Amino acid sequence: MVAFDEMGSGQPGLRQPYAAYDSWFGEQDPARLTAKMRDAESVFRRTGITFNVYGEEAATERLIPFDIVPRILSGSEWRRLTQGIEQRVRALNAFLDDIYHRQEILRAGRIPVELIARNRAFLPEMIGVRPPAGVYTHIIGVDIVRTGENDFYVLEDNARTPSGVSYMLENRETMMQLFPELFQRVKVRPVENYPKLLRKSLAAVGPPGCAGAPTIAVLTPGTFNSAYFEHAFLADQMGVELVEGQDLRVVDGNVAMRTTQGYRKIDVLYRRVDDDFLDPLTFRPDSALGVAGIMDVYRAGRITIANAPGTGIADDKAIYSYMPEIVEFYTGRKAILGNVPTWRCSEPEALKYVLAHLGELVVKEVHGSGGYGMLVGPAASKAEREAFAAKLAARPDNYIAQPTLSLSTCPILTEAGLAPRHVDLRPFVLVSDRVEIVPGGLTRVALKEGSLVVNSSQGGGTKDTWVLDD
Amino acid sequence: MLLGRTANGLYWMTRYIERAENMARLVDAGLRLALTLTESSAEEWRSVVISSGTRADFEARHDAYDARAAWEFLLRDPQNPSSVISSIETARSNARMVRTALTREAWESINEAWMSLRRLLAAPVDERELPAVLDAIKRETAQIRGAFHGTMLRNEIFDFARLGTYVERADNTARILDVKYYVLLPSAAWVGSSLDNHQWESILRSVSAHRSYRWVYDAEYRPTSIAEYLILNRRMPRSLAFCYSAIGGSLRYLLEEYGERHTCQEIAEGMEQKLRARSIEEIFEDGLHEFLTEFIRDNNNLGAQVAHDYRFY
Repeated sequence: MVAFDEMGSGQPGLRQPYAAYDSWFGEQDPARLTAKMRDAESVFRRTGITFNVYGEEAATERLIPFDIVPRILSGSEWRRLTQGIEQRVRALNAFLDDIYHRQEILRAGRIPVELIARNRAFLPEMIGVRPPAGVYTHIIGVDIVRTGENDFYVLEDNARTPSGVSYMLENRETMMQLFPELFQRVKVRPVENYPKLLRKSLAAVGPPGCAGAPTIAVLTPGTFNSAYFEHAFLADQMGVELVEGQDLRVVDGNVAMRTTQGYRKIDVLYRRVDDDFLDPLTFRPDSALGVAGIMDVYRAGRITIANAPGTGIADDKAIYSYMPEIVEFYTGRKAILGNVPTWRCSEPEALKYVLAHLGELVVKEVHGSGGYGMLVGPAASKAEREAFAAKLAARPDNYIAQPTLSLSTCPILTEAGLAPRHVDLRPFVLVSDRVEIVPGGLTRVALKEGSLVVNSSQGGGTKDTWVLDD
Repeated sequence: MLLGRTANGLYWMTRYIERAENMARLVDAGLRLALTLTESSAEEWRSVVISSGTRADFEARHDAYDARAAWEFLLRDPQNPSSVISSIETARSNARMVRTALTREAWESINEAWMSLRRLLAAPVDERELPAVLDAIKRETAQIRGAFHGTMLRNEIFDFARLGTYVERADNTARILDVKYYVLLPSAAWVGSSLDNHQWESILRSVSAHRSYRWVYDAEYRPTSIAEYLILNRRMPRSLAFCYSAIGGSLRYLLEEYGERHTCQEIAEGMEQKLRARSIEEIFEDGLHEFLTEFIRDNNNLGAQVAHDYRFY
């Protein structure tokens, strides 16, 4: 199976969005490009754009490899994508509001009740709570894969705390530093206003009692978190405080941060801490990363938490398989962006099929992320498949399976010149009183030839993502 | 508005940058002496380690004051929390925590210093390489200072960072003076006389003042002049008086910015006053050692008071 290559190759095969880049590339001295590639790495290292790898003591801070060949989408491809994404995030928010209130979708029998009732990501504490401005998931990173000229699929809706947006911004910054002349020749839509949009978006969903401009803060688990760089980066770019749980306390019914002049109220908290750790009084009692009592303040409508607690129920992999029904139920229209066909192993028929076809499928944990705990059937050995089959049979409802998609490829620069590698795409969406999507996103690329795993924790890299102003 | 934790991070970030630099200076002074002495240098390295405030740690792990053991301990030992490598590591992790309060240049200079010093100090330092290594350490910290002074807005962030630098520096100068002075001064009767002893140069060298001393005083090393220079001279950037004029300045800016007076301002003003009102003769009369012991204690108290008044914890 030959994958769809986004650049195409050779004169007849070259795809239009890459035409201007290709002609520029043809004029470059390969040695100079290789040197630029090394420059890029030293830029990242110097600025400290690193991520922490869990369970690796020696090298706790690593760089995500960056490839200097951009991934390019035409304006019209992008328009189609954004329509589909916007429809999807509206449906996600409507679903969350419904699931924590009237539960119409369950009553209508469109998704099974057990899927919600027995789901760890569903928070009973959120039943009947309506977040400020009615927004549950404010910041979403939708993972999209492509298999053909017009075939885009949503692989995952990251509706809890998606990360990677800082790489989108830094990748562009780096590309502009390395190749300023290229940006004169190719008109690329800018992404650098993302932090401003994020700030505006958070400010627009302040709690009802908040007079004047709301005070916004970013809550990080701390410097040891894998995405700490991004938390600091976003706080910095937005011009808001970066706080940790130890800085916060409930004072006079508000969440407040300890400043050099005493406690100051916070109105909107962009939290990058998981639900479980948010409030030791409500969730995990051993959590030192959250704020004791913040859920009471939240329920009293005196703080906005973005994303709202309990949004995880919307990006659960078992719920994912119902997204076409969910989109249709809340928007009244067919989903513009398709789902990847998914077998729910909790269903006996599906489980039978999956067990019989492990060699062709990708099997994932329902609650997993980061590429951990999954089986890529075609790449696995017989022994690995057998071991996985045993796990699957023991806890079928913990897994879903999908066909091994032939992800599109985009060339990367190697010692031997351009070589195709599989990619995916994560555009970033902001929801407040409107939906905003910056033209671009994070393109993750599997650097190993033939590999389909793009996760940075598993040897993936990133590329600058261009949306053409055409 | 500034988080208390951020103020704390800034304060310790600069304290540890200053400490890394002071360690390099101390080793430099030790090395010079060892090169000029004919007999064993153990005594000199011992006094270097004592001046660095790490004596207990060192003696717990080493039987004798061997030159190589001493500089390895002060430069590279990750178990010595004040070694150059530990200091730069602590400075950098504080900088990472307060990153949003730093300019890009300031952050990058610290991050680059951390990367380059880790490389530089990855393997044991050979005696022949030692001078170059010490120069590189001082160059890195100078670059941090340059980036910081050249790009940072003079606001509360700058003030807390500056407090860290000068509280650490004052502590360092006072300790060097206290330790070395009594090691070197044969008896109290020698006070006021001139001494032809290159060891005096080591005191001055360890605070990078061996040349500037000669610009201010005559070429002879007199104990009173050296003490006066390092304690009372308000133009000498490592003297106690200079440090306290900077500390006092930063605390006054904070007072203006926040419109609130705290105990730490009282303490600092008292100390500035003391350093201004007294002559070196009076200090010697009351006892230099007593003066320095009290100063080191008060300086520590001031640091703790700043942390309390500005809610570091």
